[in-house]
Amino acid sequence: MSELTASGTPASVPERPQRWMRFVDSDLLWSFSRSPVTMVAAVIALVIIGAALLTPLIAPQDPYDLASLSLLDATAPPAWLKDGSWNYPLGTDNQGRDVLSAVLYGTRLSLLLGCSAVILSFLLGVTLGLIAGWRGGIVDALIMRVADVQLSFPAILIALLIDGVVRSVLPRQVQTEISLYVTVLAIALSYWVHFARTVRGSTMVERNKEYIQAARVIGVHPARIVVGHLLPNVVGPILVIATINLATAILTEATLSFLGVGLPPTEPSLGTLIRIGNDYLLSGDWWISIFPGIALALLILSVNLLGDWLRDAFNPKLR
Amino acid sequence: MVAFTIQRLLQSVLVMLTVALIAFALFNYVGDPISNIVGQDTTLADRDHLRAELGLNDSFIAQFARFVSHAAQGNFGLSYQQARPVSQIILEKMPATLELSFTAALLALIVGVPMGIYAGLHRHSWVSQTMLTVSLIGVSLPTFLIGILLILIFAVVLGWLPSFGRGAVVHIGWWTTGLLTAEGLRAIILPAITLALFQMTLIMRLVRAEMIEVLRTDYIKFARARGLTSRAINFGHALKNTLVPVITITGLQLGSIIAFAVITETVFQWPGMGLMFIQAVSFADIPVMATYLVLVGFFFVVINLVVDLLYYVVDPRLRIEREASANV
Amino acid sequence: MTKVSAWLSLSVALGLLVLGAASGEAKTFRWANDGDPTTMDPHARSDGFVTSFDMNIYEPLIRRDRNLKLEPALATEWASINPTTWRIKLRQGVKFHDGTPLTVEDVVFSIQRARDAGADATSQLAPVKEVKPIDDRTIDFISDGPVPILPNYLVSAAIMSKAWCDAHNTTSAANHEGIENYATRNANGTGPFILKDRQPGVRTTLVRNPDWWGIKDQPIDPDEIVFTRIDNAATRVAALLSGELDMVYNVPPQDIERIRKTAGFKIWQAPELRTIFLGMDQSRDELLESSVKGKNPFKDKRVRQAFYLAVDEDAIASKVMRGLAHPTGLMVGPGVNGYDATLDKRFPYDPRAAKKLLGEAGYPDGFEVGFDCPNDRYVNDQVICQAVVAMLAKIGVKANLLAQTKAKYFGKINAPRFETSFYLLGWTPGPIDALNMLQNLTATRTDTDGIYNNGGYSNPHLDKLIKKIQVELDAEKRNELISEALTIVKDDYVYIPLHQQMVVWASRDNVDLAQYATNDFPWRYVKLK
Repeated sequence: MSELTASGTPASVPERPQRWMRFVDSDLLWSFSRSPVTMVAAVIALVIIGAALLTPLIAPQDPYDLASLSLLDATAPPAWLKDGSWNYPLGTDNQGRDVLSAVLYGTRLSLLLGCSAVILSFLLGVTLGLIAGWRGGIVDALIMRVADVQLSFPAILIALLIDGVVRSVLPRQVQTEISLYVTVLAIALSYWVHFARTVRGSTMVERNKEYIQAARVIGVHPARIVVGHLLPNVVGPILVIATINLATAILTEATLSFLGVGLPPTEPSLGTLIRIGNDYLLSGDWWISIFPGIALALLILSVNLLGDWLRDAFNPKLR
Repeated sequence: MVAFTIQRLLQSVLVMLTVALIAFALFNYVGDPISNIVGQDTTLADRDHLRAELGLNDSFIAQFARFVSHAAQGNFGLSYQQARPVSQIILEKMPATLELSFTAALLALIVGVPMGIYAGLHRHSWVSQTMLTVSLIGVSLPTFLIGILLILIFAVVLGWLPSFGRGAVVHIGWWTTGLLTAEGLRAIILPAITLALFQMTLIMRLVRAEMIEVLRTDYIKFARARGLTSRAINFGHALKNTLVPVITITGLQLGSIIAFAVITETVFQWPGMGLMFIQAVSFADIPVMATYLVLVGFFFVVINLVVDLLYYVVDPRLRIEREASANV
Repeated sequence: MTKVSAWLSLSVALGLLVLGAASGEAKTFRWANDGDPTTMDPHARSDGFVTSFDMNIYEPLIRRDRNLKLEPALATEWASINPTTWRIKLRQGVKFHDGTPLTVEDVVFSIQRARDAGADATSQLAPVKEVKPIDDRTIDFISDGPVPILPNYLVSAAIMSKAWCDAHNTTSAANHEGIENYATRNANGTGPFILKDRQPGVRTTLVRNPDWWGIKDQPIDPDEIVFTRIDNAATRVAALLSGELDMVYNVPPQDIERIRKTAGFKIWQAPELRTIFLGMDQSRDELLESSVKGKNPFKDKRVRQAFYLAVDEDAIASKVMRGLAHPTGLMVGPGVNGYDATLDKRFPYDPRAAKKLLGEAGYPDGFEVGFDCPNDRYVNDQVICQAVVAMLAKIGVKANLLAQTKAKYFGKINAPRFETSFYLLGWTPGPIDALNMLQNLTATRTDTDGIYNNGGYSNPHLDKLIKKIQVELDAEKRNELISEALTIVKDDYVYIPLHQQMVVWASRDNVDLAQYATNDFPWRYVKLK
C-alpha cells in the first residue's frame, strides 16, 4: 500500500485556528461522520481508554495488593448468579481476586503494553526506514537485509526468542519486576520491520519530488528536511500500521502468556487473565476467562475498526 | 535471476546460522535437562557424568559449533526426551503440521476470497459492513481461547467432532496422512478452522481492497465503456488481477500459519512439529528445539524465495509495491 | 512409479482399515495422561510415569498389590538368610513375549543392566554387591552391610530377556553416539500386555498377553490398550467428556465437580504418597534473594515458625485443591512405612502469633524474599504459591514469586546450584519408606545424602539417627527411630509441610480399576463392563 501517501496537509501550518478549521473540514472528520460503525468503535475505545486511565479510582479492589485477597472468596460467581455477591460484581478468580478490578487493571496494563510496544517499534522502524530511504546505498542494503532476515520469522517466535535472551542476560531477582519491559521490548523488536519498510518506500518516492529537491537546493539541513518535510508526508500509511500493530501487539502478549512467558500472574494483563481462566472453562467457572475475553475483544475490535477507517480516510482513491 | 536465487540461498544459510546461534545462547535459560532426564534418586556423581557426556558443561559457543558441524553432516543428535534421532522425530511430525497448515490456508482462501469479492463489489451494503466487522471479532480473541471454546461446543456439548489428535492416519512412504480417512477428516476440522480464522479475515480484507483498487483502473473503465457485462468485468478482468497478489500473500502467510500452529497444535493435541516444540521446551530438550528453530527459519526463507521468484515471473513491476502490502 | 506404489500402499492401508473395523468386538481401553512414556526401556529412566507404564509390559521380581503391600511377581518367595544376604526363589514356567523361558541368567543380567551406566535406577540397587545364582531357581543378593528394605528396592527393577538384549545389541540402557537404543521403542517382557505399536508422543497400542503366567488367577479384561498423550488439561478433560476416552489422569481439581456431575462418568480419588512442602535456605550466611543483608533470617527458628504459622493450609486445601488434599503435619503421608499418625497434626494457622514471632526475631515490618515455584509439576503448584504469597503479605513478608516450568525450576533450586531462598517442592519416597525422605531431604549434604536438602539444613544428631535407621533390621525398633527423627524435623521447622495431594483419576462409569497411592496404573486390574 505504498500508494497510500498522506492526503493533503502540507508540512507547515502557521496558525492554530486555521489548523482546527482545516481539521473540521477535513476528509477525516467527514468520513468519520459517515460511518456509524466507526463512531461506535470510537465510543467504545474512548470508554476503554477512560476506564484504563481512571482504573485506580473506579476499581473496587486493588488486585496488586496481595494482602487484600482472601483465598476463601475464590471462584465466586458474578453477582446476578446464585451464590454471587455484589462485593464482586463479576465474580472472583482462582485467587479470590475481584474479576472486575482485575479486568480494569488488566486492560490498563494491556493498553500500556501495547502502546509502549507500538511507540517503540514506531520510533525504531521510522528512524531506520527514513535513514535507509534517504541515504540509500550500503546503509539501505544493510538495514533491509536485517529486515528481510527478521521478516523470515514469525513475530511470535521472535518475541519468544528476544524474551528468552533478555531474561537469560538479566539477573533473576529483577525478572518479575522487569517482565513488563522485557515483553514490550520483545514485541516492539518483532514489529519494527513493518514501519521501516513502509517509510523507506515512501521516502524513496518523496525524496525525488520537487519540493524536497528545492529544499535541498536552498541548503536546508538534511535532518530538517527529513523531519520537517518528509515525515509529515509519510505519516498516513504508518498511522494505519500503528493501529493495526497495536491490536496485534496486545494479542501477541496474550499468546506469549499462553506459552508461559509474558507477564506474571500476580500482575496480570488481559492475556494472562484469559490464560488463567482458560483452565477453569470446563469446570463451569466461565467468568474468569470470559469477562477478560470480552474486554480484550472489544478493545481489539474498536482499535481495528478505527484502523480501517483511518486507512480508508487516508486513501484518496477509496472515496 | 540465477544470481538472485543464489544470493537468497546464501542468505538462508545465514538466517539458519543466526537462528541456531541465538537458540544456543538461549539454552542456558530454558533450564536443566539433566533434572528431567534422571530420576530423583540418581546420585550427584551420575548427574555430573551425564552432564559431561551431553556436553552441557561446554560454553554455548562450543555447543553451537558442535551442533552446526554435526548438522552439516545431517546429524541433529538424539532427543533427550525420547532418546531417538531428532531428524527421525521431525520427519514423523512434519506431515501433521504441513497438512494442518495447508488445509487451514486452503480454507482461508475458499472462504475469504468470495467474501472479499462480495465486500469489494458491494462496498456500502450492510452485508459487507457486517461481514467486515464480524470477521474482526474472530481475530480479536486469542487463538487458544477460540480453540477451547470450539472444543467445548463441538466436541463436548454437541459431540459432533473429536477434541484432540489426528484420528486414523494412512502411511504413504514416510509420509502419513489423515486426509484419506473419515476419522482423520473429522479430526482436522476444528484445528483447521482455529488456525484459518486469522488468515481468513486477512484475505477477505485484502481481496476487498484489491477489488476496489482494480475496479477503478482505466482498463476496467474501458471495458465498461466497451459495454461488457458487469459479470464479465468483475470476474473476467477484475478478479484475475486481484488474485495474483492474494495468492502470493497467502503463500507468505503460510510461514506464520506454521508458526501459529504451535498454539493450535497444543490446544488440540495435534501431533505436529509445533506441539513437539512446546513439549521440547518444557523438557529442555535442546537438540529438538534447535533443530525445529533452524528448520522453521529454512521454511520461511524458502517460502519467501518462491514468492519473490513468482513476482519476477508474473510481473517485475509488482515487486516493490507488494512488499509493503505484505505488512498489513 | 512412485505414484503406483503410493496408490498400492494406500489401498492396502484402506483394506486393513476395513478389516480392522470388521473384526469389531474387541474390547479396547483408551486412556490419556499429560506425559508420555518416553521410552519402553524399563531401565533407562526412573521417572514415575515411565516406570509405571513399562511395568505393564515388563515385570519385577516383587510387585505391590493395590494396598501397596509387597507380593510375589517373578519371585515366588524371598527371605533374609543372614544380615547381608537375601535369597529369592524364581517363579517357574514364565515365558517372555517372544516365547523364550525366564531363567536365573535373565535375572542376573537384568539386575546388572539396571545398575549399569546409562541406566537410571543405579543408586537404589547400589548396596547390592553381588547377584549370585545358587541353582536354576534360586538367587542370592549379597551386600556389604544390612539392607533391611532390599525387597522394596527390587520392585522397580524390571526383568528383561538376556537373549533378546544380546540379539538386539541392547545389553546396556545407554545411548551410543546418536544411535537409537533398540529397547527404546521395542519391548519383550513377561507382563500381561504386549507392545503392538508405538508412536512416541502420539499413541501407544498394546494387546493382552494370553500366555501371561498370572492370567488364571487374574483374568485380563481389555483386549487392547490405547494410550494417548494429551498435554493440555482442558483438552484432556474435554476428550473424556466427549466420549473419546475411557479414562484420564491427571484431572485438574477445578474440573472434578463437573465430571462428577456429568452422567456416565466417575471420579477416582485416593491420597497420594507425595508430600508438598515449602523449604527455606538455612545454610547461606546471607540469602541470595532477600532485602535482609548480612544475615540469613531463616537460620532463626522463630522466622521459620512464623512462616509456618502464617500459611493457612486449610484454605489452600479447600479452595485451591478443592478438598482434594490431605493437610499434613509430617513430611511423609499415610501409607509410607514409618508414618506416625500421632505426629501428623499441623500447628494451627495463627497469623497474629506469626507476626509476633517475626517481631521477636527482629523483623517487625517483615522483609522481602525470593520465592521459587514450578508451574507445571504438581497439582495447581503455581496457584498454591500465589496463595502463599498473599498469606505472607498479611504478616508483612513480601515474597517475590518466580514461577517457572519444571525444567528451569529444578535446574535452579536443586543440586548442585541450590540457588533459592524459599521454594515449593514435592517428594514421594520411592521405596515407600520414611528413610528415603529423611536421607534425601534432611540429612546433612554429602555425596550420597541430602541430595534434595536444598535448604542445607544440618543437624548431627539427626544424621546419627538416620545412620541407625539405615541398618536396623528389627522393624519395630526401626519405626521408633523413624518417629524420633520425624519429631525432630517437625519441631525444628526444617520444612513447612503443606499437604499430600489426592491422586485423582476420572473414567466412564463402565470402567473398574485399581487406583494406587503411588499414582501407578497397572492395567491388569482394568475391567470394562
